[in-house]
Amino acid sequence: MMTNILWVIAYLVLAPVIGGMLAGIDRVITARMQGRFGPPVLQPFYDVLKLTEKEGITVNKVQDFYVLCFFIFVVITGCFFFAGGDLLLVIFALTLASVFLIIAAFSSNSPYAQIGAERELLQMMAYEPMVLMTAVGFYMFTGSFRVSGILSFGTMPFLYMIGIFIGFVFILTIKFRKSPFDLSMSHHAHQELVKGLTTEFSGKTLALIEVAHWYENIFLLGFIFLFFANGTAFGTVLGLGVCLVTYFLEVLIDNSFARMKWQFALKSSWIIAITVGFINLVVLRFMP
Amino acid sequence: MSTIFFLVGFPLVVAIALLVLKADAIRDIVVRVASVIIGVASIYLAIQYYSIGSELFDFQSETINSLMMGIEICLAIVVFVLGIKYKKYLASVLAAVQTPVMVWFELTKGHSIEVINNIYIDRLSIIMVLIIGIIGSLICVYSLPYMKDFQHHHHGEKDRRPWFFFQLFLFLSAMFGLVVSNNLVWLYFFWEITTLCSFFLIGYTKTKEAVDNSFKALIYNLIGGVAFVLAIVVLGTYYGTLELSTMLLFGSMGYSVVLPAALLAFAGITKAAQMPFSSWLLGAMVAPTPTSALLHSSTMVKAGVFLIIKLSPVLGWNVAGVMVMMVGGITFLFASFSAISQSNAKRVLAYSTVANLGLITACAGIGTYAAVWAAVMLVIFHAVTKSLLFLCVGTAEHNIGSRDIEDMDGLFGRMPRLAIFMIVGISGMFLAPFGMLVSKWAAMTAFIDSGNVILVAIICFGSAATAFYWTKWLGKMTAIMARRENIQNNVHKEEWIVLGTLTTLTIAAILLFPVISSTILVPYLTSVFTGVNAASLLSGNMFIMTAMLALVILLPLLFFGKTNKKIVPIYLSGTNLGDDLTFTDSMQQPMPVSLKNWYMEDYFSDEKMCRYGGISSGIIIAGVLAILLGGVL
Repeated sequence: MMTNILWVIAYLVLAPVIGGMLAGIDRVITARMQGRFGPPVLQPFYDVLKLTEKEGITVNKVQDFYVLCFFIFVVITGCFFFAGGDLLLVIFALTLASVFLIIAAFSSNSPYAQIGAERELLQMMAYEPMVLMTAVGFYMFTGSFRVSGILSFGTMPFLYMIGIFIGFVFILTIKFRKSPFDLSMSHHAHQELVKGLTTEFSGKTLALIEVAHWYENIFLLGFIFLFFANGTAFGTVLGLGVCLVTYFLEVLIDNSFARMKWQFALKSSWIIAITVGFINLVVLRFMP
Repeated sequence: MSTIFFLVGFPLVVAIALLVLKADAIRDIVVRVASVIIGVASIYLAIQYYSIGSELFDFQSETINSLMMGIEICLAIVVFVLGIKYKKYLASVLAAVQTPVMVWFELTKGHSIEVINNIYIDRLSIIMVLIIGIIGSLICVYSLPYMKDFQHHHHGEKDRRPWFFFQLFLFLSAMFGLVVSNNLVWLYFFWEITTLCSFFLIGYTKTKEAVDNSFKALIYNLIGGVAFVLAIVVLGTYYGTLELSTMLLFGSMGYSVVLPAALLAFAGITKAAQMPFSSWLLGAMVAPTPTSALLHSSTMVKAGVFLIIKLSPVLGWNVAGVMVMMVGGITFLFASFSAISQSNAKRVLAYSTVANLGLITACAGIGTYAAVWAAVMLVIFHAVTKSLLFLCVGTAEHNIGSRDIEDMDGLFGRMPRLAIFMIVGISGMFLAPFGMLVSKWAAMTAFIDSGNVILVAIICFGSAATAFYWTKWLGKMTAIMARRENIQNNVHKEEWIVLGTLTTLTIAAILLFPVISSTILVPYLTSVFTGVNAASLLSGNMFIMTAMLALVILLPLLFFGKTNKKIVPIYLSGTNLGDDLTFTDSMQQPMPVSLKNWYMEDYFSDEKMCRYGGISSGIIIAGVLAILLGGVL
């Protein structure tokens, strides 16, 4: 119990720091890939600080509330994860958080925000089956939905769940809002819809969304870590290493693909889920 | 036992009274008083039998048997004649097949089979009685002002309201009878009454569409009725019993009761609008909204899943069980997909009902302790939430003149209270920490534990689709549009009372579900699934859900709509004319902003989805029934 509380506190304090640093590293690597020098690693923090100093404006009285709920539930989701909680609970809480963000965008009744919201919704539908299958896979392999149970299982799940791992990394591109699947909002200025979902957010509200994403990215990487955790130092180091490699891979993909249409996002994610994900589940089912 | 007779008899008396008393004022009083009495009586029954748990009543009555047979014959003649009159000969044929077979059986073989316990009560019946008694009667109250408006809108047509309310209360009576009948012949009698009630309620407006759709419902349900009759004949002939409890007992003792179970389950599948029979429930949308609410939440389709849940101990990994779980799973998946392409709110609700019934059916088909726990929880939560949503759409329709989701743009500004009720309802259908999600969660765990990986994949995809269609509707509702006039003062008081009660119930159900689970459901399940004792959801997760609910309620109360920021116009590429509703187009003309949801017709058109679902589940049903009947003949 005590260690759980410590983990949650560590998550609450460190996740935005590490998440922000990762975002900064992302920007440096991206710049180098594009032959630019890039901003300092701490730039995301400067950006957020700058956003908080902007004049407080909004398009209606309610959207800030929805964004606040989004932030709160993203943080809570992460707490569930780092407290060793139930993976399905984590997924459902995250869905609730995402719905709040989408509703925030809808509430503005602005065309750009709404297109972003519809696309975000579509992305959610695209990745959800694979995310659920990931949790199911862990349960079928370790007999527990709980993060704590998975961590204490002893055998490294990676080799037995390699199909699910591939599928999860695939949809992680959507979750990290990376090209080719940065349909609802993007960090690249050249896309046909850039700020999409976040068009009508500004100042502190926008800063809150940014920080929420840092929190979110950290526990998403936590999922990757679970594939390698087996309670040994080797597993821990390998897990952390693969998290970093995965993150780098996502940055690489981001910079080497043009944005795809939503049809491709939906089809490809579902095909991946129904092939590698489902087949892996069948294997786990009939594994002695 | 007298309470049970009261619950069956009283609505019947009220129904007949309402047929005779035609004045508005009297009807208002009778319906209100009767609804309160029915609601109170069902709660009283629950308290009365709560501690006893389950009881079979040693009760026989030749008079009732003969009376039922007499009524059955009359009804068959009515259906036969109506079928010929409206040129729906299939209905006539089905009526001409099943009732004579039934009568022949009852007069010959059936007569020699002694039925000791005609009626029973157990905790599942108690749950059903509460759903029918509380939600059913709330819908009846709501119908009063609604039907007044309805008559007003259809000015000049014949006032058929006495007939409408007659059917409504008859329906409740039949439903009460259905959930307490242990004698399958009695069960079949009430089963057929609900079929006919829904037939008349769907055809209420007598337009061509209504008549066509009512016959579709009738025919599909009569097909199920034929299977029901076959099941009774098989049970009577080969097993020498007509009691549901005895049949289940045989199953638990290791005798194979797969054939009658499959036939009864098939009847349940038709009534619960599972694919390939789902289209009758969609067609039922032509009826006035209270009818839809009644059919979808507390009666009719719930009778179908109720029977399948009753059968669940003898389902599982046998052909009957596989048929039920796969048909349920396929229906859940394709109905969820279909809902994506719908913009008519009632059709979205209908597909969502079909999908959830599919999930319940699949759970019952798996037939394990945990799966049936999920199934019953789904029944409870779905009844409350879906009735709320239907009635909300009904009220919205009468006030904004459309049931299209696209026309509910900015409902938050026009009818804030209704919008909040609707938001609670929609969230209740798919979001954590509300009830449906909790049950779906339990269903998912049960699917995995049963080892049916296909169902696991189905629920993963189905849930994703579910979140999609509900959230986009939610988005439409919550959009804040400039200069919307508040028109909610036109809504009748009764409508508010009923909607408010249902909203409270939706929230209360999730707060109370650990109590419902531990005091009613778990004792029921441990008595049915002997030797198994497992908690379905870890209590820690239950606690977290409750805490999340508290947060979801608290946050809006604290922060909703409170801001001291400057309100600015939305971004319309710099050509917003200032009112957020129009912009300057490329021809320098003012152009109104119009935003529409995504429906992805190319991928998820309901026609295509229902075809896929219907064919695949049809093949499964046909295959299983062919195997089983082949073994007998």
